[in-house]
Amino acid sequence: MNELASVDWSRAQFALTAIYHFLFVPLTLGLSFIIAIMETIYVATNDHAWKKITQFWMGLFAINFAIGVATGLIMEFEFGTNWANYAWFVGDIFGAPLAIEGILAFFMESTFFAVMFFGWNKVGPKFHLLSTWLVAVGSNLSAFWILVANGWMQYPIGMHFNPASARNEMENFFDVVFSPVAIAKFLHTVSSGYVIGALFVIGISAWFLLKNREVLFAKRSLVVGASFGLLTSLFLTISGDESAYQVAQHQPVKLAAMEGLYKGESRAGIIAFGILNPDKRLGDDAHEFLGDIELPYMLSLLGYRNVDAFVGGLEDLVYGNAAHGLPSAQERIDSGKIALKALSDFRAAKAQNDTEAMKTHEAILQAHMKDFGYGYFEKPEQIVPPIALSFYSFHIMVSLGMWFIVLFALMLFFTLKRDVQTQKPLLYAALWSIPLGYIAAEAGWIVAEVGRQPWAIQDLMPTHMAATHLGSGNIALSFSLFALLFTALLIAEIKIMLKQIAIGPNGGH
Amino acid sequence: MRLLLWVFHFYKDGFMHLSLGKTLWKILFVKLLIMVVVFKLFFFSTTLNTRFSNDDERSDFVLENLTKEKK
Repeated sequence: MNELASVDWSRAQFALTAIYHFLFVPLTLGLSFIIAIMETIYVATNDHAWKKITQFWMGLFAINFAIGVATGLIMEFEFGTNWANYAWFVGDIFGAPLAIEGILAFFMESTFFAVMFFGWNKVGPKFHLLSTWLVAVGSNLSAFWILVANGWMQYPIGMHFNPASARNEMENFFDVVFSPVAIAKFLHTVSSGYVIGALFVIGISAWFLLKNREVLFAKRSLVVGASFGLLTSLFLTISGDESAYQVAQHQPVKLAAMEGLYKGESRAGIIAFGILNPDKRLGDDAHEFLGDIELPYMLSLLGYRNVDAFVGGLEDLVYGNAAHGLPSAQERIDSGKIALKALSDFRAAKAQNDTEAMKTHEAILQAHMKDFGYGYFEKPEQIVPPIALSFYSFHIMVSLGMWFIVLFALMLFFTLKRDVQTQKPLLYAALWSIPLGYIAAEAGWIVAEVGRQPWAIQDLMPTHMAATHLGSGNIALSFSLFALLFTALLIAEIKIMLKQIAIGPNGGH
Repeated sequence: MRLLLWVFHFYKDGFMHLSLGKTLWKILFVKLLIMVVVFKLFFFSTTLNTRFSNDDERSDFVLENLTKEKK
């Protein structure tokens, strides 16, 4: 297996693992809070119908949790074997949040998980309710630490590169934890999980109404699911806006790819709908789109909070735009090569124990460290991510997000003010929106991760340099085995869930 | 001591009265077995920690990778 194929297989394997892992995670994040709300209503009203409702959704939550738990473990294996350069280079910055996640959040989640399931008749209702809330908080805390680590990869701050150890050392824990990118990423990701949880609840409730079964249960679930969904989908829009703002500040190439923006402009519009021209190349005069609908000024406003702001296009960011203070990628490549040479010289000086030379080369390295990763590229165009995949994933995610707001509002209105059971098309729409929620969430991840290519760590480490296949096993074979295992798990989850849903809330657990 | 006994019985009763949970635990067990034994042992057994005995060697390996000239 040559080096390129090894990198590509490592990437494919990581993408597969992350995509499958993220099929299980969002439902846990969202459903845990919905269950906690339902149980709160039960404790507040002492209405046992609410207890049945809570227990039904709790059963589905357990299925998803049990099948999804530890699927993320594989990614840690992959870091160690397939991404050894990366795992070493990030040092404790990546390790610390993951360790906190493992010890604190997962421990809290797991402990109270037992009370949630075994404790209905063993502990008081208020303690049980507290446990349910703590499971929800614990799940979300787990997500927080993971997303802090991911946020650092998108916007590395709070560290200092040590050329002697080849590791980044944390200088300020709080800069890492409260990085604006990490916070925006956390809020946007967990709120997407809340929306998926709400879609799941209203979709299954709609199915019961279509089957004319468990009508009271379904309508009550709909009220909670649609209210929670409406609030969280509105919040998802706000957190998405903040996320895009952070991308504009720290990953402008990703923003340009998300919008298919080749030539930068002031008062830039956002593409509401567009079909990219597949023949368009950087620097040519071909039009970016075969057809598009643009909302004027919106990209400048969303990206920079100013309708007059200039938004750099791919050509400005690759070839530079002096008028707007944008350096070319070639300038950064040259700077990065100076950093790489300085690291090499530092290493040679260290081998000869020449401390003066070490100091000199380290000073040069640190002066060019912000461009370090660019030193691995030969051509400026290499900094551009896959445009079509970033653009379409982003637009699919946003369009579906808008649809979910409308769906939740309609479901809530018809449940509270009309007879929702007579609204068959709406009920079918709710049912079929369950997979759409997952598509939107996965599309969001593709935007975040494909959009930041070619970087594993923004500006510091390209993906091809992060990969190091240490293992003797065949990655293609382990990729196929992963695909088999995860697909089997997904089929098992769907089958068990469908069986449990068919039994209904009065079927026991 | 009473608390510990209570916790023991809490978990014991909980596990004894599993219905759907039994299937889920079986799936969880098989999944972990495949991940930790098969994948870890056959595909992900080698890391910088297993390949090198100290941090200096690990740093050196990564520095070599980071600074090697492109062919």
